[in-house]
Amino acid sequence: MADLVIKNLHVAVEGKEILRGIDLTVREGEIHALMGPNGSGKSTLSYALMGHPKYEITEGSVTFDGQDLLELEVDERARLGLFLAFQYPQAVPGVSVTNFLRMAVNAHRGVLSSDTRNDDPDAPKPIKIPEFRKLLEAAMDLLKVDRDLIRRYLNDGFSGGEKKRVEILQMAMLNPHVAILDETDSGLDIDALKIVAEGVNTLVTERGMGALVITHYQRLLNHITPEFVHILVDGKIVADGGPDLAKQLEADGYEKVLEGFGVELPARHGGDANKKPKTAGVAVGASA
Amino acid sequence: MTDITPVATTELTDAEADAVAMGDYKYGWSNDDSASNYAFKSERGLSEQTVRDISAHKNEPQWMLDERLKAYQYFLDRPMPEWGADLSGIDFDNIYYYIKPTESQAKSWEDLPDDIKDTWDRLGIPEAERKFLAGVGAQYESEVVYHKLREDLEEQGVLFLDMDSGLREHPEIVREYFGKIIPHNDNKFSALNTAVWSGGSFIYVPKGVHVEMPLQAYFRINAENMGQFERTLIIVDEGASIHYVEGCTAPTYTTDSLHSAVVEIIVKKGGRCRYTTIQNWSDNVYNLVTKRAEAYENAIMEWVDGNLGSKTTMKYPAIKLMGRGAHGEVLSIAFAGKGQHQDAGAKITHMAPDTSSVITSKSISKDGGRSSYRGLLAVKPGATNSKSQVICDALIIDPQSQTDTFPYIRIDEDDVEIGHEATVTRVNEEQLFYLRSRGLTEEQANAMIVSGFVEPITKELPLEYAIEMNKLIQLQMEGSVG
Ligand SMILES: Nc1ncnc2c1ncn2[C@@H]1O[C@H](COP(=O)(O)OP(=O)(O)O)[C@@H](O)[C@H]1O
Ligand SMILES: [Mg+2]
Repeated sequence: MADLVIKNLHVAVEGKEILRGIDLTVREGEIHALMGPNGSGKSTLSYALMGHPKYEITEGSVTFDGQDLLELEVDERARLGLFLAFQYPQAVPGVSVTNFLRMAVNAHRGVLSSDTRNDDPDAPKPIKIPEFRKLLEAAMDLLKVDRDLIRRYLNDGFSGGEKKRVEILQMAMLNPHVAILDETDSGLDIDALKIVAEGVNTLVTERGMGALVITHYQRLLNHITPEFVHILVDGKIVADGGPDLAKQLEADGYEKVLEGFGVELPARHGGDANKKPKTAGVAVGASA
Repeated sequence: MTDITPVATTELTDAEADAVAMGDYKYGWSNDDSASNYAFKSERGLSEQTVRDISAHKNEPQWMLDERLKAYQYFLDRPMPEWGADLSGIDFDNIYYYIKPTESQAKSWEDLPDDIKDTWDRLGIPEAERKFLAGVGAQYESEVVYHKLREDLEEQGVLFLDMDSGLREHPEIVREYFGKIIPHNDNKFSALNTAVWSGGSFIYVPKGVHVEMPLQAYFRINAENMGQFERTLIIVDEGASIHYVEGCTAPTYTTDSLHSAVVEIIVKKGGRCRYTTIQNWSDNVYNLVTKRAEAYENAIMEWVDGNLGSKTTMKYPAIKLMGRGAHGEVLSIAFAGKGQHQDAGAKITHMAPDTSSVITSKSISKDGGRSSYRGLLAVKPGATNSKSQVICDALIIDPQSQTDTFPYIRIDEDDVEIGHEATVTRVNEEQLFYLRSRGLTEEQANAMIVSGFVEPITKELPLEYAIEMNKLIQLQMEGSVG
């Protein structure tokens, strides 16, 4: 089983500790939601898991599919079946979405060089065009992606919503064992949100993908039902629960819900928008 | 831009790319040995006698010999250029100035250096074509195709010959235009070319004739078409159009170390010409080429220039916009890898009102390579309402590599609109991370960024070239070439 097992993970960026001991296990076929205020470290967790060079692991371990994930290069992690749908996807001008997808699919098949000279009959072969076509058509149908979009240059001049859709299209094409979706809901209108959610649900139920859905809001979780909800505050998971926890958050806000867990929101998060923090500079998470 | 040639569209270069077999040229090529009746080979080094011998051997008219001798004198008098690339490695005394190309190249497949054979292998260049490139090929079936092409062109009155035959068969046309656009005393290397030239293409497209298919140097029945000092003359008459393609993406091996060509083009009123070059000389070659075109009233001239190979290239395709409403364009890619200096650019001179020009230059420097953009944009008095746009973008892959820009602008007219943009980009770590997170190795990710970077130019290439170019860039980025 390609489970993602995170133990006591500490991550620093530019010498500053951002994640302060994360424990989390995402198994195949499970949907987890990771919620938390802005700046709590959600994206940091996704980047660190994917292997961004700026994010330094200072303590802890992560295994994926039984392997030490932290030992692997970024692309090796990807080919092992880990996927990250970026909060802010990068543009690659001059490279069409189709062309990019084909390269990525081929890389996942082990085609890691353009060298056509390979006498070994067992060497990985690039996907045949008709087969690729079929895969792509199916994924585009599932996610109702506009045909014009895939001819354009990857994320170049895309709207926020288009970028997010193409992230999910990539996910559907690459068939990961575990996908991290970093605020995929932001930038999507309600119709797009539903389609993307359906897509994720299909991959989870039909292909047994595990999902770690990072979101700020309940919105997405109306359409993707997580079995597990975790709340991240200031680099620590301070509360775990089921789907109800997310609903509760939506209704009452972080501050109130966390109070129930005996956790106070640190001053700089300021709870809900206009409220002043009750106490300033409180260490958080100790009693989670 | 022009509609005279089928270009690779974005759509075709992506998923369809593999569907078109690599290098599976539709029209093939020809290498007719019966045309190569030269048994002559000059000594190494250059003297007046060599120049006379070359001309005598070709049975040239007196005026051509005179032209050669004048040029030879100018070549001797002229100092080496002190700007641009370092040319101190050229040993003029150790070069064969006139030689059958099959001899200047390897004699047999086995004689080729392994790295060249290897690269061809990796590119998947078909065997027959490899042999052609190596100068060791014989007859090919595609000759049938070639003859068909010749017939079609002849019917339209298009002349398409090697330059030596052009001079023999159409002396009056050659005399009228030869050296008129690039005179023998233009620069040291054009003088050298004029003194010792051999081979090259001679093309005349009559009034109103549109040559639909890109004409490739391959089609010329000419034993000398890989010559070191080729001379090309293209005349596009009023309202006519043509796309000429020379070179190939596969490395071109030569035992000689100097390639110095001259290309002269005239595009008359309302005509269009696109001249596409893919230069991929082996890494021992100094590639010093003078290319210039004159575009008359409402004519369009475009240079598409890809410089991948050679040790050192100095090449600045030029366009003189002679008539009202003429348009000139230079699109170029330079890829400087280990030990290479690509000093390339463009020269455009606006001589008449309402003329317009665009220069787009993209360079990539990697593994300590150096690429320089050197451009001259001039607007002469009276060239009112002229417009010009210069865009040069440099991409640097690693800290050892280098790029520089020398944009010269001389404007002698007030009523003009000039835009100049230059960017230097280093491969962005976030982009790289993003692509690698999709399973691409670092090399593949870099290659993808580079192929995207040059896409505005590759999409202007004929499809098979675009595909090969992308593939070659991938190989170069993966460090498995050169
Ligand atoms: N690349 C980075 N450079 C500097 N600081 C960073 C970087 N990434 C994250 N941080 C810091 O880490 C903290 C958590 O950020 P992030 O993980 O983006 O939070 P979230 O995704 O939960 O909003 C913030 O204080 C942020 O400023
Ligand atoms: Mg974030």
